[in-house]
Amino acid sequence: MDSETLLSRITDYANRPNPYPLYAELREAGPVVRQADGSYLVGTYHQIGALLHDPRMSVDERSRTNPPPEEIKNPSFLRLDDPEHHRLRTLAMRPFGPPHTPGRVNAMRGEIARITTELLEALPTDRQIDIVDDFAYPLPVTVICRLLGVPREDEPRFRVWADALVAAADVRPDEDTTEQDEAGRQAGSEMGQYLLDLAEQRRGKPTDDMLSAFVNEPDRSLRLTPEELTATGALLLIAGHETTVNLITNGVLTLLRHPEQLDRLRREPQLLPQAVEELLRYEPPVHMRERAPLADIEVAGTTIPAGTSVVLALASGNRDPKQFHEPDRFDPTRPDVEHLSFGSGIHLCFGGPLARIEADTALGALLPRLGAARLVQDPPPYRQNAMLRGPRHLFVQL
Amino acid sequence: MPSDLRDGRIVIVGASLAGLRAAETLREEGFAGSLTVVGDEPRPPYDRPPLSKQVLIGDVPAEATALPMRRDPDAEWRLGVAATGLDLLEKRVMLADGESLSYDRLLIATGTRARPWPNPEEGALQGVFTLRTIDDATGLAEALAAGPRRVLVIGAGFTGSEIASACRERGLDVTVAERGPAPLVGALGGTLSRLATLMHRGHGVDLRCGVTVTALHGDGNGRFTGADLSDGTRVEADVCVVALGAVRNVEWLAESGLAAGRRGVACDAGCQAFNMYGIVINDVFVAGDVSRFPHPLFGYQMLSLEHWGNAVAQAEVAAHNMLNPGPLQRPHLTIPTFWSTQFGLNIKSVGVPTYSDHVVIAQGSLEARRLAMVYGYRGRVTAAVTVDMGKVLDYYRHLIETAAEFPPPPGAADRAIAADIPIPSDVPDPKGLSHEPVVALTGYLPDRRLMVVQPVG
Repeated sequence: MDSETLLSRITDYANRPNPYPLYAELREAGPVVRQADGSYLVGTYHQIGALLHDPRMSVDERSRTNPPPEEIKNPSFLRLDDPEHHRLRTLAMRPFGPPHTPGRVNAMRGEIARITTELLEALPTDRQIDIVDDFAYPLPVTVICRLLGVPREDEPRFRVWADALVAAADVRPDEDTTEQDEAGRQAGSEMGQYLLDLAEQRRGKPTDDMLSAFVNEPDRSLRLTPEELTATGALLLIAGHETTVNLITNGVLTLLRHPEQLDRLRREPQLLPQAVEELLRYEPPVHMRERAPLADIEVAGTTIPAGTSVVLALASGNRDPKQFHEPDRFDPTRPDVEHLSFGSGIHLCFGGPLARIEADTALGALLPRLGAARLVQDPPPYRQNAMLRGPRHLFVQL
Repeated sequence: MPSDLRDGRIVIVGASLAGLRAAETLREEGFAGSLTVVGDEPRPPYDRPPLSKQVLIGDVPAEATALPMRRDPDAEWRLGVAATGLDLLEKRVMLADGESLSYDRLLIATGTRARPWPNPEEGALQGVFTLRTIDDATGLAEALAAGPRRVLVIGAGFTGSEIASACRERGLDVTVAERGPAPLVGALGGTLSRLATLMHRGHGVDLRCGVTVTALHGDGNGRFTGADLSDGTRVEADVCVVALGAVRNVEWLAESGLAAGRRGVACDAGCQAFNMYGIVINDVFVAGDVSRFPHPLFGYQMLSLEHWGNAVAQAEVAAHNMLNPGPLQRPHLTIPTFWSTQFGLNIKSVGVPTYSDHVVIAQGSLEARRLAMVYGYRGRVTAAVTVDMGKVLDYYRHLIETAAEFPPPPGAADRAIAADIPIPSDVPDPKGLSHEPVVALTGYLPDRRLMVVQPVG
């Protein structure tokens, strides 16, 4: 049956430029669609929402029996269930957000605006630019480096590790992933040691960043162990930019594909925060998340056995006509855009508030320059990654 | 939508959360006629939950709690004047200033007020407060900032507990006197009330349960100085907060013929008011704290909810129904929710915890002070309360909506050891628990929400 190959087709690189017809097929095939390898794919808004909130759905790869997990060393809280997830996420949140540091993200607005301006001023005016390499990538990287306490000039080093880790975390149903998994483990361990060294340098000499806060926490019970610090630091460093680069790039691409909406935003920039929510819905930076039930569960009449891989297609839920009127239309003034792009429930995106400010600032600063801009190549070349879907380059003539 | 329903005169009595949200929704849905909002307080609509929390701690001035407007409701605001009567035949609302307003459709959203201390003379002592309005909160916050020797809080429901928590956060000595066996027992039942007791005591509250306050005392100059308790002890304090719950603002309806009483104004699931014979009055609607409405999930009991979320949801349904003919009207079928923050804990509730016979701790533990407690009635999930675990509530809400089997199915992460062992919910006064909940809600969007009857057995 065709629907059994949906995940393979969605992850097929040939379909990267436009997976949305496949998502429509997925929603048509049922809320829950079994794949040939025994895993399940879910693409409808309300079922995804319910599963993201279901405490029986584990993110821990060790809960998975089909397919059996690789050996997992030192997972971050993104791949841990409660109560461990809660403990680590709460500790990581202490120097980042409420209730202990409620003003932190908002206080970065000025710095984000400054970095944005610097990047824009450095753009060449005489030739085409690559939105990804010249703007959308360096912006969040600089921001997360500053926030975490990682030297910006080390970017070439950690980029290699980040690439390997992101590749290892991708959904690749038909491939032998042994090599990627091994490369990911190696990268994780090197990146961990790197972050641990940085943290050590800040012990007793705090600079105003999260690694300093972690390593100088006076209360023993609130201190991360070295393993926890490396897992958490690596997660924040990678998640802090790998997703935002897609958000900004997809934003530029979408606006250039919709000149009327672009004009409107140029005239009414106060619509931008709402437009960013619509961009998150329309072209989400993260297309899928994977879970496995801790017990046999029933979803819309289908029993999913414990330990089975369940892929939640967030990007498909965002286009579900049962939730969104004319879902394939990009409408920056759409009301009540409760998209799934930051997930939901206990694993709701940790850095969502930061990503929103980054996208708002970046697109707001670009808007005045996009009036006469045109796409050099449409569709643009995409990154390999199916889960973190976004252009690898986006060449634009300003 | 027939054009005549979009036009005409609508009067909303009550200018707080429900009144404002109804006014906004009327315009949102295309009402083009004249709209008047009457409120007895002189202020534009404001938000009350912060008054017992951030305002008392001193984080936010009481005056900064104005409710943001979703859109300009383009209404005539008659603020600072109370409604005093209603003539259903003439379709007029009488006002305290002698004027009257005629209407084609009326929304009653007069809410509640704080229950005053039963002895007016004692209640008038300087230093004795109730807490409901901005003025109440401003006065109480000033009194707390002045550094009283001790604060006496009478009543350990949510408001009383939040006030006690704010006092401790300000470093003030506080005594709480509660007639029941423990704080919050009336709302949350036995198990969580024992946790509440631990939280009060752990934060240094002098908690006295099973006692009543028999008298408030003043010095010769009318200043509150202390109170006598029924156990014979005396509490010396400079400030007293009477937190004995709310009284519904229905007096102005006494002669109207509506089914208005101590528990509020009865209405149907579409927010249309009943008269005293239980006959629906077509052009009169009710929303918010002052309403009583039947809910199919809870045995069609007439619920009166003092919940922020209910005021918003019910106001939206009432406004929609005021503009639509019968077949296009919607039922008010939202699941009750509320929240509280006290003693560093975030408590959230979904469903009706008092509509229960048993509970289980489904996730977390009392020891960790982080848990999800699920309430069941005759084998069905009817409510859930989380302590510092609010993000899981949506799951339990879904169980309530679908009248899922109680206790909840196995497999939850951070599952409590005793998640399969129901213990009595220990909710005082279980009267009214007489129907089998065999209905469930279906549909996701408010306007597509339906009820299905599930086969029993």
